[in-house]
Amino acid sequence: MGSGRDWTWFHRLGSPRWFYETTGRWLPLLWAVTLALLVVGLVWGLLYAPQDAKQGNSFRIIYLHVPVSFLALAGYYIMAIAGAVGLIWKMKLSYMVMKSAAPLGAALTFLALFTGAVWGKPTWGTYWVWDARITSMLILLFLYLGVLALQYAFHSQDTGNKASAMLALVGTVNIPIIYKSVDWWYTLHQPATIKLTSAPSMHPDMFKPLLVMILAMYCFYALVLILNTRVEILQRERKTGWVRDLARQADTGPDNQ
Amino acid sequence: MPQSPLLKVASLSFERDDCTVFQPISFSVEAGDIVQIEGANGSGKTTLLRLLTRALEASSGSVFYAGVDIDQCLYDYREQILYLGHQPGVKLNLSAEENLRWMSPASTAPEAIVSALADLGLRGYEDVPCYSLSAGQHRRVALARLLTSRAQIWLLDEPFTAIDKQGVAFLEQCMQQHLNQGGAILVSTHQDLAITGVRKIRVEPADDAGGF
Amino acid sequence: MSNAHNAGFTGYLQRDLLLAYRRRGEAASPLIFFLLVATLVPLGVSPEAGRLEPLAPGIIWVMALLATLLSTEGLFASDYQDGSLEQMIIAPQLLAMPVLGKVTAHWLVTGLPLTLVSPIIGIMLSLPSDGFIPMMASLALGTGCLSLVGAVGAALTVSLRKGGLLLSLLVVPLYMPVIIFGSATVQAGIDGLNWFAPLAILGAMLATAVALCPLAIAGALRLVSSN
Repeated sequence: MGSGRDWTWFHRLGSPRWFYETTGRWLPLLWAVTLALLVVGLVWGLLYAPQDAKQGNSFRIIYLHVPVSFLALAGYYIMAIAGAVGLIWKMKLSYMVMKSAAPLGAALTFLALFTGAVWGKPTWGTYWVWDARITSMLILLFLYLGVLALQYAFHSQDTGNKASAMLALVGTVNIPIIYKSVDWWYTLHQPATIKLTSAPSMHPDMFKPLLVMILAMYCFYALVLILNTRVEILQRERKTGWVRDLARQADTGPDNQ
Repeated sequence: MPQSPLLKVASLSFERDDCTVFQPISFSVEAGDIVQIEGANGSGKTTLLRLLTRALEASSGSVFYAGVDIDQCLYDYREQILYLGHQPGVKLNLSAEENLRWMSPASTAPEAIVSALADLGLRGYEDVPCYSLSAGQHRRVALARLLTSRAQIWLLDEPFTAIDKQGVAFLEQCMQQHLNQGGAILVSTHQDLAITGVRKIRVEPADDAGGF
Repeated sequence: MSNAHNAGFTGYLQRDLLLAYRRRGEAASPLIFFLLVATLVPLGVSPEAGRLEPLAPGIIWVMALLATLLSTEGLFASDYQDGSLEQMIIAPQLLAMPVLGKVTAHWLVTGLPLTLVSPIIGIMLSLPSDGFIPMMASLALGTGCLSLVGAVGAALTVSLRKGGLLLSLLVVPLYMPVIIFGSATVQAGIDGLNWFAPLAILGAMLATAVALCPLAIAGALRLVSSN
């Protein structure tokens, strides 16, 4: 109560309608950039980058695996920060962003694990090893699933949002601890015999397409997050005038953007 | 400068999941006032009382205690309120006496606790674990707090549920006495109170509640 | 003349201990669970000491974790149902203090007894004798962490009818550092290494949890009970 008044400008900035309209203008550009980067990165990485001396062509999965893994972890922080903004400034929009980021992050984490397993079979002869990074990734998947499950466990959407935002924050405090613990655990049990290809030691010809793919994945993440959030906005704001106007426009004419 | 009222509610409203629970409400309560909160089931009487305990955060509007926003003096304010909700807050594995002692100020004399229980018709049940008491008796244990508490503002949510006629009469007597001593009471109930000077406030559900 | 209630850290600590004492059977069940599952391991793995020995540190820690988890679910449940949680929230004080009192009581009736009976399980699972002291030390500190972190999950799920399974989904990932350093402490003791190092990290985790968890629990309780 009370002290909210000083922050009205901030709330206007975080108004769902403002977000919807602004992102609507930027979406075509973002689509174009994402698609271009994805096509360039994939074609370059999968067709033109040189083969790996030991792994042959199977190493090429890193062009998907590494960017996806990056975003899986970054996505958790994006989700948690959105949740924290919601809790602190009571901004509806940021809960919507958080809610959209959770399934996206979980999917990326799963994809990172899946591509890792596919890569592992030809490389180490097994789909699964308890490597430090893989284990951390698995725990990250569980953290995402927890946030998702809690989000939908409550009848009240507000409670679900706030509760999962809190859980995401607790998870954020824990993630560095988990990662460090798992690293330590791994070195304790297995002196580094298997080492994942680390980027700096890669040949520049292999590395450049990877950079493009990482960039492409960031754009892709932003794109999907925005699209998800827009759907969420329409759903939550369906009773408001501007969404009704939008719907009327969409019904009557093709001029709906 | 006019004295600020004991409790002042300024256009308080509450939203849940984008639905306004009740229309903004304003009123003030002076020492010695009793306010009966009326409204249909689901109109937000409990929500209003819980907003006044600050267990819930209002979507807009403020509550002032002696002229100060309760957010600025939360603990001082909470020292002065006694809230009885739907659930009596009675621990089943504690005896009636243990429960009341737990819920009363630390400095309450043991005799005061025993006599408060006796006044509520629980003489002889002091040492009985509450799981063997009835729902009405649980409520009586909780209501015995009214006799031991030193809070000035009572927030009572349906206090007469599961209480028989004599019990209600006794409670009304307690409430009258509290008012005479300069207390204030906000009570939500569907019954008519046998207390003089009851002011009534209707909580109106918001127009858009549940509407699409 | 103060209107203060008995309801600070010590008030809730005492009340919850008294309540646990009144429900001794219920309070003992995590302990019995701990012993029971220890009996399953030789049946499932092998009765040979040589095969149980290497598994013992990890298994003891996993079982302690599960036993704590089982008991965490009820930490705020009865308070929520009977309305005393609401009274705790509107008491004129920092909510983190009664919360910490409740969690301390929880540790005293689960973590501490688990620590005290763990030597029996150590014997049942042929834990080498060098591992006993590190096991008890790590359990004492580690179960404190488990109680605190578990309480965050218990607070978030207290209003849900079937919160138990969800609770484990929420908190088990957060438990992982504790189990890593807990069983590592025991293993280090068995291997004749310096087991104070992992134990010190457990202690650091406990200190962090004591500082942060009560705030998170208080926030979660306020949020969940507001509905």
